[in-house]
Amino acid sequence: MSKTTLVVGLDGSPAGEKALAFAKRQAKQMGDCTIALCYVIEWSPFTFQTPEENEQRHKRREEELKLAHDRVLDPALASLKKDGHTATGTVRHGDAAEILDSFAKELGAEQIIVGRVGARGLKDRMFGSVSGRLVASAAVPVTIIP
Amino acid sequence: MKYSIPSLATAAALLPGATLAQDAAGFDARVNEVFANSTGWFVNLIFAPLPGTSFPWIVLWLVVGATVFTIYFGFIQLRAFSHAISLVKGDYSDPNDAGEVSHFQALATALSGTVGLGNIAGVAVAVGIGGPGATFWMILAGLMGMASKFTECTLGVKYRNEYPDGTVSGGPMYYMTKGFDERGYPGGKIMAVLFAIFCIGGAFGGGNMFQANQAHAQISGIVGDYPGWITGIVFALVVFAVIVGGIKSIARVTEKVVPFMGLLYVGTALVILLMNYDMIGWAFGQIFAGAFTGLGVAGGFVGALIQGFKRAAFSNEAGVGSAAIAHSAVRTKEPITEGVVSLLEPFIDTVVICTMTALVITISGVQMIDPETGLFILGDDGKIMTEGGVQGVQLTSAAFASGLSWFPYVLAIAVVLFAFSTMISWSYYGLKAWTYLFGEGKTNELIFKLLFCFFVVVGAAAQLGAVIDFSDAMIFAMAVVNITALYLLMPIVKREMNSYFDRLKSGEIKRHKA
Repeated sequence: MSKTTLVVGLDGSPAGEKALAFAKRQAKQMGDCTIALCYVIEWSPFTFQTPEENEQRHKRREEELKLAHDRVLDPALASLKKDGHTATGTVRHGDAAEILDSFAKELGAEQIIVGRVGARGLKDRMFGSVSGRLVASAAVPVTIIP
Repeated sequence: MKYSIPSLATAAALLPGATLAQDAAGFDARVNEVFANSTGWFVNLIFAPLPGTSFPWIVLWLVVGATVFTIYFGFIQLRAFSHAISLVKGDYSDPNDAGEVSHFQALATALSGTVGLGNIAGVAVAVGIGGPGATFWMILAGLMGMASKFTECTLGVKYRNEYPDGTVSGGPMYYMTKGFDERGYPGGKIMAVLFAIFCIGGAFGGGNMFQANQAHAQISGIVGDYPGWITGIVFALVVFAVIVGGIKSIARVTEKVVPFMGLLYVGTALVILLMNYDMIGWAFGQIFAGAFTGLGVAGGFVGALIQGFKRAAFSNEAGVGSAAIAHSAVRTKEPITEGVVSLLEPFIDTVVICTMTALVITISGVQMIDPETGLFILGDDGKIMTEGGVQGVQLTSAAFASGLSWFPYVLAIAVVLFAFSTMISWSYYGLKAWTYLFGEGKTNELIFKLLFCFFVVVGAAAQLGAVIDFSDAMIFAMAVVNITALYLLMPIVKREMNSYFDRLKSGEIKRHKA
């Protein structure tokens, strides 16, 4: 295990790419460093679903996990490894801000790096965006890449 | 289903006709007549009174079932109540299972199938015949029913089928066959088939026609009388779009609006109660007095009791087996947790929401009381006379209007949405029973779904009496088979329950959230 761990939040957007690029530069400077990628699928246990959706939920979840791996996480991991970085990756369901924070705590990470995405909808405007809430609640330093 | 054929033909002959309006009333009457004639024998069988009394044996059956489960599981509804709330909050959810159906979602889905017209119209029917005293028995039946629900939902999850593609099918059909095999009892298959047949009937009846019927009553109460089949066809088209067309957006909108409507309904009832806070004590007095004396209702206190028990069972479906189908979708490692969560359903549905309706009706004074005797005045039909002669959902509407004059409009929207969400839930229950009988597969599913849409039209066109009787009978018939199976399988639930609560106590089952 490396001395330092950087958690990078990915969401398949250009903002996530920027965060990843920044993490790579940091890791190079630090030397002995693990980049831990985390892709969060937005999900809440408190939504309302039809019985049919419930029945298919497990199948959908598997599909979501596979898609996140295939499209975003695995290519990012491959490119990191090609560049000689130590890297891990995980996909989780939940609230992005909460998950990234608890993931960082689990790994004893040094910092969390995320890309900045502006407030998108009414909910973001009322409760703050993912990066805003992350900054407000995270247990470790958070770097937000503009 | 013989009776559907002539009415379908009549409908087809009528629709394009120029004499639409004149014939429409005749069509309603004809549907009703065919309906009553073809289902009457079954209704009579299910609601046959105990010899020498006016007490239907089926009501006793449900109450005895709920009482047996309550005692057998040591008042599980009281002991596990706070644990149920922790489970729903997600305190015991493993973060690694995030993304699967949560306890909250399973509860919400099952509730959206039960919270609906039973709580609004059904309670009005009960209080309309049995007086406020029916409320007392309804609450009691709701509290006892929590144990029945616990038993069936635990078994539903334990014995569901999991398919290689990750989907699941569960419900009484599966615990009857697999559970009986496991214990070495014969007859599981026969019971499962019987249950499935009644479940399909219940889906077409209480889960569909009753909903369409009352939704139509509510709408026509506001916009003026018009033929029921018009509402039926509109409803059928929307249901078709969701269950056949797979238009998730409609379902999704309802899912979001229905809980909101539920809260709005309870909130409004509370506002009306607060506005009349000085009468709350009197209303409870009426409820208690009525529970034991009947206050002059037909059949006295037994009449109140029968109505209360009947409506509670019809509203929260405890012991019926439908919730076991809804809960089977949760991929929990501990089937008992689904049972524990499900015991909140009769509580929310009956003890909270139904009681609100009953209190508002009682307080509104829409029901006529003889000022001299303090007893209710009965009409020729044995129902309590009301101002304006309203019954069913319109009685609830009138009662709410006496507090807030604009509320019938909100109620109309709520009823339509509740009716719709209940139909969607029951279309799923019926479908599971259908595919159990005829096999999974696209064509089989489509036949059921089309039939389901057809019965929406029949339900909206038929008169209240015939539809309510038939839907009650089918749903109670499910309970006959289901509770029999529950008696035979309850030792399995007890073993699971003891093991789970021991491990919870010893700390082997951990809270994941503080």
